[in-house]
Amino acid sequence: MNTVAESPLKRPGSLERNPKLAQWLRVHRDGAVSIFSGKVEIGQGISTALAQIAAEELGITLERIRMVAADTAVSPDEGVTSGSLSVQDSGDALRRACAQARTLLLKSAAARLGVSVRDLQVADGTVRTAGRSTSFWECADDALFDCEVDETAALRSPRDYQVVGKPAPRRDLPDKIAGRPRFIQDITLPGMLYGRVVRPSYNFAGPVSLDDSKIKSMPGLAAIVRDGGFVGVLAEREDVAISAQRALRLTASWREVDALPRDVHAWLKEHAAEHHVISEKENADAKSRAAKVLEASYTKPYISHASIGPSCAIARIDDGKLMVWSHSQGIFNLRRDLALALGMREDAIVVRHAEGAGCYGHNGADDAALDAALLARAAGGRPVQVQWMRDDEFAWAPCGPAMALSLRAALDPHGDIVDWEHELWSNGHSSRPGRSQGPALAAAWHLARPHERPSAINLPLPAGAADRNAIPIYDFPNQRVVNHYVHEMPVRTSALRSLGAYANVFAIESFMDELAQAAEIDAIAFRLRHLKDPRGRAVIDAAARRAGWSTWKPVEGRGHGIGFAKYKNLGAYCAAIAEVEVEREVRVNRLVLAVDVGLVINPDGVINQIEGGAIQSTSWTLKEEVKLDARGIASLDWEHYPVLKFSEVPVVEVELLDHPELPAAGAGEAAQGPTAAAIANAVAHALGLRVRDLPLTHERIAVAISQST
Amino acid sequence: MAERLQLTVNGAESELEASSDTALLYALRNDLGLKGTRFGCGSGQCGACFVLIDGYPAPACDTPLWAAAGKRITTVEGLSKGGGELHPLQHAFLAEQAAQCGYCTSGILISAAALLARNPRPTESEVRAALDRNLCRCGSHNRMVRAVLRAASEIAL
Repeated sequence: MNTVAESPLKRPGSLERNPKLAQWLRVHRDGAVSIFSGKVEIGQGISTALAQIAAEELGITLERIRMVAADTAVSPDEGVTSGSLSVQDSGDALRRACAQARTLLLKSAAARLGVSVRDLQVADGTVRTAGRSTSFWECADDALFDCEVDETAALRSPRDYQVVGKPAPRRDLPDKIAGRPRFIQDITLPGMLYGRVVRPSYNFAGPVSLDDSKIKSMPGLAAIVRDGGFVGVLAEREDVAISAQRALRLTASWREVDALPRDVHAWLKEHAAEHHVISEKENADAKSRAAKVLEASYTKPYISHASIGPSCAIARIDDGKLMVWSHSQGIFNLRRDLALALGMREDAIVVRHAEGAGCYGHNGADDAALDAALLARAAGGRPVQVQWMRDDEFAWAPCGPAMALSLRAALDPHGDIVDWEHELWSNGHSSRPGRSQGPALAAAWHLARPHERPSAINLPLPAGAADRNAIPIYDFPNQRVVNHYVHEMPVRTSALRSLGAYANVFAIESFMDELAQAAEIDAIAFRLRHLKDPRGRAVIDAAARRAGWSTWKPVEGRGHGIGFAKYKNLGAYCAAIAEVEVEREVRVNRLVLAVDVGLVINPDGVINQIEGGAIQSTSWTLKEEVKLDARGIASLDWEHYPVLKFSEVPVVEVELLDHPELPAAGAGEAAQGPTAAAIANAVAHALGLRVRDLPLTHERIAVAISQST
Repeated sequence: MAERLQLTVNGAESELEASSDTALLYALRNDLGLKGTRFGCGSGQCGACFVLIDGYPAPACDTPLWAAAGKRITTVEGLSKGGGELHPLQHAFLAEQAAQCGYCTSGILISAAALLARNPRPTESEVRAALDRNLCRCGSHNRMVRAVLRAASEIAL
């Protein structure tokens, strides 16, 4: 789920694409520093972490930092805020840019005071020498930063960090907790109209019929907009726009396309178009020791982003220029796709980021932006706000793909794995804007001159997408991993937090437990005997110690289990231990997670991300499944798409293994796979029976019980 | 049909012109400019738009203006005292850093305020039960529960 890893970078972080120092920061006369990042706040706390990094290298207090909202007109192009890469990409670039800026400011201060840099004492931007002083703010001069970032500039040693590595309160939370306007949904511009788009809840090829005769006379209705199958309404009041949308939809019938398969997982296995062997290891000697062979198949359903706040956008067309406010994860890519869909030049469009509700991947934000732009065409220069309704969001935001997985392994007589096979079947995990020939924006597929809906693609390994974390991190003498890529897409899919890692880690770690049981070895001991990586062993040990793994007392109906992964096989290490109780439903009582993200920028930020990832994964694992009928998505409200409630949330304990000497890795996607596997293993432990199909609902458990007897 | 309606919001009388079938949510957000109450589902299933109506948490998305008229309505903006002093719950949420995206926060503060008004010293499971009608997607539940318990103990001091 990243754009940055697509080609090897010559310069660190995001400097390759944005090499000018002035692209990254500006020092103001009033004692503040503006930081420009192309990465955006999506509820993960990145603006706080980046501010910490900037303050650290500049040697100033955090309060002086102003994070500028990402904007295609002023911000560095850093691709998409995804893949847990923001601290690496933006953080690394900012670290170097701010280090160099400090050096340049000190040189300027020294010249102003007529002394050498060596003779300066600096504290929070104030520079003194022998009774005289100046400051970074007095030396502020845009010409000073009109140069390329020198990536060899000396950086502060992590040992001397004052701001990085200490908990910092989130900078956006005071507004959000006080209930002040902060979200894109809260922006009201002068003269703004409210827009809604009329769509069915399934994929379609234009309306067959539509009767707007009753709607036309609604007081306050400003326009009904039609462009082929794209139908929208504009109104002076938001409630009128909603009534018009609902009323118009009742009159519409749609040309349906793509009847959905009844059994998605069987369908995926039948429709794979490409077969990629992504890892192969052979050792005939080891293979010949195989004494016992195990096979198992696992499935994961489509999962919805299900953000509490549906997607929203604002657009205004004025004098041929389009201005868009969006909570997109990739404002530059969105601008490109808007230009394609609208037949405009990219330089006639500005996209500015505004914060939305929690974002867990490619949701409807970009689609809503095109909706708003199309409606703005009929607004006579007035701004238009489009807010998707709950059913729009469930029906039209891309889903995290369903996956089918088959694993096979052989044990030797000592209980060592001597052969390992992993096959997976999945649609692609990215259909984000900016990556295909045409626009990846829903409305574009229904215009009078329609664009083709692009298929989701997979990004290449090592990060991978459907195959993310499919290559085991354990040391097996023989292994073969195959990614069966399904091109045809019955349900629109794209990136959802952790991509394929969630299902791959669930399957691998479930299967490791099945093998451990067959070998009659403790699940943790079994993992450790196949794992050399010392950081991996350390998180497993830490989680086991914290959870009291070895002193577990068996109780009827209760179980514990472990799951472990190194996210993308490149990033954060995470071991999770779950303790569950199974009556009619599964209840997770406790989750213990040990995490190594290398250098920790904001410890409380990392803990918050791990807790959140673990709880969201618990919800996916126990409850979540997008329901389909023959036409499309049938789970269009919270009753049909239940998520974990307060009374169902487990105790979550997080232990951070700090490594200031190692590069910082993102934390937002580390916990999902290990948590799912830990819960599944704990359920198997409690029941004495394995459930291999997610989610682990009462119905699935009942099926597994009936199949076992 | 639009008509002149009176609402009592955060202790003040407000007048607005709207159809009496309009959901309270849109009157609060767009007519009165109180954006802290947020749209989530439109059917009272998620809690993002909860306000206090005569002291009880209720979904503003699902409450027509005719039903809200004549009642005491309190929004998240009304939890803080005059002069912008935050409610102890809001202080506790900040102290516990009890949010990720913050979109569900207003509605949860409302449910929590109603709980503390009728049960000043709730147990952890009472807090969880009181917040069960509010959904949080980012997984900040435990922080929020801690924050409510912290606020309860600070109010009691």
